[in-house]
Parts: sequence; C-alpha cells; structure tokens
Amino acid sequence: MNSTRAPLQPVIIGAGPAGIRAAQALVAAGLRPRVLDESARAGGQIYRQPPAVPGFMRAPATLYGFEHRKASRLHRLMAELAPNIDYEPGSMVWNLSDGVLDVLRDGVSRQVPYQHLILATGATDRVLPMPGWLTPGVYTLGGAQVALKYQGCAIGSEVVFMGTGPLLYLVAYQYAKAGARVAAVLDTASFGDRLAALPGLLRAPVLLAKGLYYMAWLRRHGVALHEQVRPLRVVGTTRVEAVECESGGHTLSIPCDALGYGLGLRSETQLASLAGCRYAYHARDRAWLPVRDAAGRSSVSGVYLAGDGAAIAGADAAELSGERAALALLQDMGSPVDLKRAGRLDGKLLRWQRIRDALERAFPFPEVWADSITDDVMICRCEEISAGTLRASVAGQGTQELNRLKALTRVGMGRCQGRMCGAAAAEVLARACGVGPDQVGRLRPQPPVKPIPIHMMVAMPAAAATAASALGASTAVSAKAAKSVERTVDLSQGGQP
Amino acid sequence: MMERINTEVVIIGGGIVGASAALFLSRRGVPVTLLEAAVCGAKASGVNYGGVRRQGRPLEQMGLTCRAHELWAQLPALIGTDGEYVRSGHLKLARSEADMTALETYRQATRGHGMHLRLLDRAELNRHYGWLGEEVIGGSLCPDDGHANPRLVSPAFALAAKAAGAVIRESTSVTSAVHDGRHFIVRSDNTLEVRASYLLNCAGAWAGHFAEGFGEVVPETSIHPLMMVTEPLPLFMGVSLGMQGGGIYARQVARGNCVIGGGRGLSADGNYARPGQNDIPALLGKAASLLKPLRGAQVIRFWTGVEGNMPDHNPVVGPSRTTPGLFHAFGFSGAGFQIGPAVGEVLAQLVADGHTDIPIDAFRIDRYAAAAHEAACPGHPFREQTLEAS
Ligand SMILES: Cc1cc2nc3c(=O)[nH]c(=O)nc-3n(C[C@H](O)[C@H](O)[C@H](O)COP(=O)(O)OP(=O)(O)OC[C@H]3O[C@@H](n4cnc5c(N)ncnc54)[C@H](O)[C@@H]3O)c2cc1C
Ligand SMILES: Cc1cc2nc3c(=O)[nH]c(=O)nc-3n(C[C@H](O)[C@H](O)[C@H](O)COP(=O)(O)OP(=O)(O)OC[C@H]3O[C@@H](n4cnc5c(N)ncnc54)[C@H](O)[C@@H]3O)c2cc1C
Repeated sequence: MNSTRAPLQPVIIGAGPAGIRAAQALVAAGLRPRVLDESARAGGQIYRQPPAVPGFMRAPATLYGFEHRKASRLHRLMAELAPNIDYEPGSMVWNLSDGVLDVLRDGVSRQVPYQHLILATGATDRVLPMPGWLTPGVYTLGGAQVALKYQGCAIGSEVVFMGTGPLLYLVAYQYAKAGARVAAVLDTASFGDRLAALPGLLRAPVLLAKGLYYMAWLRRHGVALHEQVRPLRVVGTTRVEAVECESGGHTLSIPCDALGYGLGLRSETQLASLAGCRYAYHARDRAWLPVRDAAGRSSVSGVYLAGDGAAIAGADAAELSGERAALALLQDMGSPVDLKRAGRLDGKLLRWQRIRDALERAFPFPEVWADSITDDVMICRCEEISAGTLRASVAGQGTQELNRLKALTRVGMGRCQGRMCGAAAAEVLARACGVGPDQVGRLRPQPPVKPIPIHMMVAMPAAAATAASALGASTAVSAKAAKSVERTVDLSQGGQP
Repeated sequence: MMERINTEVVIIGGGIVGASAALFLSRRGVPVTLLEAAVCGAKASGVNYGGVRRQGRPLEQMGLTCRAHELWAQLPALIGTDGEYVRSGHLKLARSEADMTALETYRQATRGHGMHLRLLDRAELNRHYGWLGEEVIGGSLCPDDGHANPRLVSPAFALAAKAAGAVIRESTSVTSAVHDGRHFIVRSDNTLEVRASYLLNCAGAWAGHFAEGFGEVVPETSIHPLMMVTEPLPLFMGVSLGMQGGGIYARQVARGNCVIGGGRGLSADGNYARPGQNDIPALLGKAASLLKPLRGAQVIRFWTGVEGNMPDHNPVVGPSRTTPGLFHAFGFSGAGFQIGPAVGEVLAQLVADGHTDIPIDAFRIDRYAAAAHEAACPGHPFREQTLEAS
C-alpha cells in the first residue's frame, strides 16, 4: 500500500462485547470503523437482543438478569457509536483473502477491502454427543438460552439441564426464573473439582458469588442438583421423555420433555484460518486456536483477534480484549495510544486468564467422554457419521489425522463443515489412536464459512477497491465512495463480472 | 540416524499414479518403496472432481483411457472398495451449432474405441434431462463413462499397494534424488535413504523439479481448478456433465450433493492452493443457470487442488532420455484421475517387462525440444477438450 494514501477503513467482524468495545476505542481515536455482524441486532451471544418488533419487548432485567446493566450499557454504547461507525447488521462474512472480505447481506454479496481487521467472532456451544442426543427436544445449553433471549420461549415445559460449565447453572436459573419447570441440573463435574478451583475462583468474588447464588436459588426452589454424574442417554422416540445418567453408583432417570446439554464452548476461528493466521494447540480450551500476542495481534500483520473467538474467556474479558486489540491496531497504524490504559487492560486480561484456569478446574472437560459413547452414537449429524465409523477408519485405514478422517468418512463434510462436529470428532479420533487431542491436527476450513445461496447476487468489487484507495481523503469519504461505485450483477440473469 | 532401505523400485509421490504403480509392481512381486511427502492420495488425486470419463480426451490418450476403463470396472478386486464408482454416463453439452459440429467431429474421430457416443438434440435433452438450462442446445452422451469418489479411491490404491507388499512411507518428503552410476539414491533429509535400480517420478505438480534434476527441463506448470459442492438435494442428475469448450462440469453423488467445477483457484505457496475469490461468482452464476434444480440451493464448500499442467495438455509418461531406469509420469493437466490406474500399470510394465503395448510415444518427455514439439503437436483439434478442468 502506498504510504501517501490514507489507510482503508478498519473493519471489525462481530458486534458482541469484544467488537463493540473495539469499535468504541477506534472511534475515540478518530477513526470510523466498519462493523459487520451476522446478527440482526448488536450484543453478541450473551447480550443478544430480541427482534425489534413490538411483541418482543421485554425489560433488560428480565432478559439478562444480573448482567442487565452491562447489557444495557453496551446496547446504549452501540447506539451512541452509530453516527461514527458504519454498522452493518445481518452481514455474514463468508470468505476472506488477501485484504478482501466477501460479505453477504440481504442476498447480495459484496467485497469489502481491508487493511486492518479485528476478528471478534465469538463462540458457539461445543457439541459432544451422547446416546439419544438427536431426539427432538434436545438442545445445547446456548441454544436453550437463545430460545429464551431471542424468541422468548422455552425449549420445553419440564426441562433437565446437563453438562458442565458456568452456563449450566446460569441457564437453569434463567429458565426457572422465566417460569419453566427445571426438573434437574446434572453436572459432570464434582464437588472436589470445585474445591480445587476455589483459591483461583476467589480472584473473581463477584463471579463466584453469582454462581453460588444461582445454585442456592435453584436448590431453594426445589430443583434437584446432582454432581459428578455420567450422562447415559436421552430416552424418547418422537420427543424427549427422560434423561438418564449415572450418579454415585446409581442410575438416575429423570422424566422431562426437553434437555439443555452443554460441555463448554468452542471458538469461531474459521475466518482467522482463511486469513492465514498461525494456529497452536490450546490445552485449556482443548482446541487449535489462532496464535496472538497479549494485545491480540495475530501472526498476520493487520489481523487482530479478540473475545471468545480468540480463546474462550467470557464476556467481561471479551470487552477488555476488544478494546486492547483496537489499541494494538492504533499503535500499529502509528496513532498515539494511551499506553497506561493499554497496560491496565493487559493486567486485567492476565487476571481473567487465571480466573479462566480456575473455572476450567471447577468445571473440567470430562476426559472419559470419548470412551463413554458407544459406536452407534452419531457424531456428525449432517452426514450421519457415527463414532463407530470413525473408529473403524482408525482401525481399518490407519487414520490418524482429522482432515484425513474427514476425507475418508465424510465427518465434517456437511452443512456445518465441522464447526459443530469437529471438536467431538477430534476427541473420538484422538482416543481411538491413543493420543491426546493435540496430536490429530485441526480441520482446515474452506470458504464459505457458513453455507451461501447459489443464487445470491454478487456486487462488482474491483472498481470499489481501487476507487477507495485512489480517493485517499479521509477514511470516511473513501468508504462512502467505495460504496457508491459498487454495482450489482444478478447472476440469475446470466450476467458475469 | 539415517535409515537405509534397499529395494528394486523407488517411487516419488503417492497420488493415484504412484500408488497404482506401486500396486501393480507389488502384485508382480517386485520390491517397491513409495515415498510420499504428505499422505497418499491427499493432493490432486484426492481432491479432484471425480470425473471418470473417456469422452473428450485427445486421441493420443485412447490407449490409456480404454485400458483404464477396464481397470475401473475391476475396482473392488483391485483396491477393495468400489470407491462410489458409477457408470452414470457422461454428457458433454453444446451451447452452439459450432459446439455440436465439434462433438460430431470428435465422435467420428474416436469411432472404434468403444465409447459409443450418441448425439442428442434439445428435444432429446428435454426428454431425459429436463432440468438443464435453456442455453444448452444439444450434447454428446457416452453411456459408460461415469464418476467416482476421489477421496476414497486414491488413498485406497495406496492401502492396496501396502497390502500387496509395497513399503509406503508417508510424511516423507524427497529432498534429493540422484543416480550414482549404479543405483538411484533417494533421500529424505538426513532421516531416510533409499537405494533402488529403478526410480518412478510420480510427484504430480512437483515432478518437473525432479525431471530437471536429471537434466530434463520440462515446461510443467501448476493449475488449480476451482470446485464447489452444494448441500444434499433431491436426486435429479444421473449423468456427469461436461461442456464443449469447458467452463463448467457437474455431477450429483448418491447422498444428493452436487459437485461442480469450473474456473480457477489461486496458488497459496506452491504446496497448496485456495479458491480464488474472483472466480467464485462466475461459477455460481454458471451453475445456477445450467442446473435449474440448484436454484435456491446452498453451497457448503469451495476448494481447489494443485495439479501439474503441460502446454499441450498431455502428460509426460515414459522413460527418461538421460537416465536409464528412470521413468516419468506427471503433468496430467486436469485429467489424470481416470487414466491414473492405467498409467500405473504401464509404469509397472515398463519396469518389469521393459515395454508396454499401450501407445505412449506422444507423451515423451523430450517432445518440447522445439522440433520434436512441432512434430508431436500439429495444431491438434481436440486439445482443449482434454481438460476436466478447463
Ligand atoms: C449461545 C451462547 C450463549 C451464551 N450465554 C452466555 C451467558 O449467558 N453469560 C455469559 O457470561 N456468557 C455466555 N456465553 C459466552 C459469551 O457469549 C461470551 O463470553 C461473550 O459473548 C463473548 O463475546 P464476543 O464479543 O467475543 O463474542 P459474541 O458475543 O459471541 O459475538 C460475536 C458476534 O460475531 C458475529 N459473527 C460471528 N461470525 C461471523 C461472521 N462470519 N460474519 C459476521 N458476523 C459474525 C456473531 O453473529 C456475533 O454477533 C454464551 C455463549 C454462547 C455461544
Ligand atoms: C480440482 C481438480 C479437479 C480435477 N478433476 C479431474 C477429473 O474430474 N477427472 C480426472 O480424470 N482428473 C481430474 N483432475 C486431475 C487429476 O486429479 C490428476 O491428474 C491426478 O490426480 C494426478 O495424479 P498424480 O498421482 O500425478 O498427482 P498427485 O495426486 O498430485 O500426487 C503427487 C504426489 O506426489 C507427492 N510429492 C510431491 N513432491 C514430493 C516430494 N518431494 N517427496 C515425496 N512426495 C512428493 C505429493 O504430495 C502428491 O501426493 C483434477 C485435478 C484437480 C486438482
């Protein structure tokens, strides 16, 4: 890039806590970032807002509980930023390469050039199947929560929550508060785990207090809490009828009509991979994650990582890391940066790392999971690939690597492209090979990050990019110019760029 | 510590070509060691479109392609899997009268090779393939051509070779290959040295580099055909489709996904390639207009691969002109999957018997020496049709 030209508008992908804070820091420095977010409204996963239509209006306190102040603050902040950012909700970034994003919005795909990119793409549930998990009425914990926050409905009227992690008790609590009957909370972690984690958790007294409050509240309201359970199966044919688990040497069978099930989250890192970022295995998250420095710089110059999309650290850490990544970006652009502020953020982020370590100890990943599922359990539901098929590939074809497993068995080849089944497949593969999950590699993502319609319209890109860099006045002006020269071509009419 | 292996034949590259050579040699009892930089069948051979067609190939390839056609019919016996191979028919479509004329000329020229090509007009297309877009005016059907799943077929060749006794070393990149006057000495860094009487250069898009090492400079380049696949759709398309003059090709697998190719990807770092952003819209547009049932469908993945390409779109297959005992097989120019097994068999014959009955003279490595090139390539009429991936 010619240094006499003004730099392009920085782009932020994701309008969750991380993305919003990043935008705020860039605006404060006088820039006008472009914020692309797949959701219809800002807030990300935790502060997800219901559709902006009358029937859906519910008070923040109802929606977000203890977090409602934080939620309202972020939503308000986003509204304040509006005049100074180009915010594009409903925009899915489906591909990226060499400084150009492909962005689908309202059926039209546009190319957005970038020089500086903050990836704040968040996380989704880590799906670890068990017998019966495909029975209608089984949801992930996060999915159960999305139903509540976004659609204002519960997944069932008599719900069991099972798995482990802070979200387990939180979602159970939110359901009970919303009026659903919570039949039981079944935690795979033990009291011992919690005890071992206590010193670490004391670093985050508020978090700890909230967790204890949820548990106490649930108990007080007659919800059975079981620890150290081993999930056995979901019972039911056309609909969940009961959930079975082993607890203290007994089999518990709890009648219910829905199950919220979750064992942690997984970072949404496909775009970082397409950007060419280097990855390393992250033992705590049991996942390959893009490498970043403490400030959020990836291995690719101009690409920054923040929030749960970089590593699972929760919403508060996401806010901090979003701001921190923006400061790193500003610093790298040669803009003056409040170094004291950066230092403070670094300190806080480090503290959050320790808290995460403690949380992971309190709610550890059930190491026995991969052994505990029988051959007939479906791992990849798009392609209907069972654990037995994966194990057979290891035994019969000597498969030892995840992409190879994908090629030979079709696991991860369906609509989700491994975003949902990849973590489980890696665990099963590693176990079958007798190695750790760090030894089986990671799925190499290909575009599109999520399915795209074959019939979308494609906007003409090249002219826009050239015009934007040639104009070179303020970034705001060049971005507007870039937009005005975009032309759309309807491919259904046979037109081609 | 340098590990040493002494063997009769050493093969560089575990694509469908190298692996099938290993298979046929092992079956004849010849000791063979195959060295593969990545895993067998993970490069071009494992990521290609999966077209298994004779139709459209240049006349020089008729011997190889017909033999390959017989081998594909024996796939389960050969490699222990059917590799999802189906003789679905291959329909090459025409968009203009000129295309129809070209298809007819090709039909005449390939008579006697057992392809039984049949020309169809638009009315016939409507009867059997009503889902085709309006721009198509006719086509040429080869009833016994078809398609297969490269992800399954190509690794299975290597597994079968191993079962037949071949030594297969994966994650073993050949860093030097020389002839010391008596043996080939092939090394992978300082960890492995293989000595052998014969060397097969089957290194795909990277093979030109090895040829050059033996004093045979070839104009091999890389191409990166762009591929995509849709979500599973109700079955509508039995045949595998091609287009006269290239541009797009498509098939539907039993699960319902449509696999579609056309256009190009970009080289990432020589070893990998990625889908090119700018070719994607064109491919989407062509697919939506050619295949009506795709309207409203979703694309779930784009990908590409790294394939060796030659200026005349014919491969290099046969003996080295500088080094006895060295044989080349590379540069398949986007269409080596179907003929791969036959090429492997031919290589095995060249090593074990010293000759083959299949005509391969057109694939001589020295054909590009100016005069030789003119003689071997007199403005061939079917040249462009060789490419699956044109
Ligand atoms: C379903 C779910 C529920 C959760 N509930 C809670 C909770 O109640 N309490 C809690 O403490 N933590 C919760 N978490 C964890 C919490 O989400 C995170 O800690 C926090 O939201 C992280 O913020 P973020 O900004 O990193 O990402 P997010 O808040 O996840 O925001 C990421 C944003 O990026 C967008 N995005 C992703 N990919 C693309 C793309 N390709 N193109 C365009 N946009 C894209 C997403 O749509 C989203 O809006 C939940 C997580 C999940 C998955
Ligand atoms: C996207 C795409 C679509 C295609 N579609 C079709 C089709 O429909 N029909 C068809 O007939 N053909 C098709 N082709 C062409 C076909 O895939 C190739 O011609 C064929 O697979 C070539 O086989 P190969 O064994 O020569 O090469 P490869 O499969 O590339 O094998 C070469 C091997 O050599 C290895 N190697 C390279 N360097 C070294 C080294 N230094 N040491 C050790 N090993 C090394 C590589 O790792 C590789 O595994 C397509 C190709 C592509 C890329």
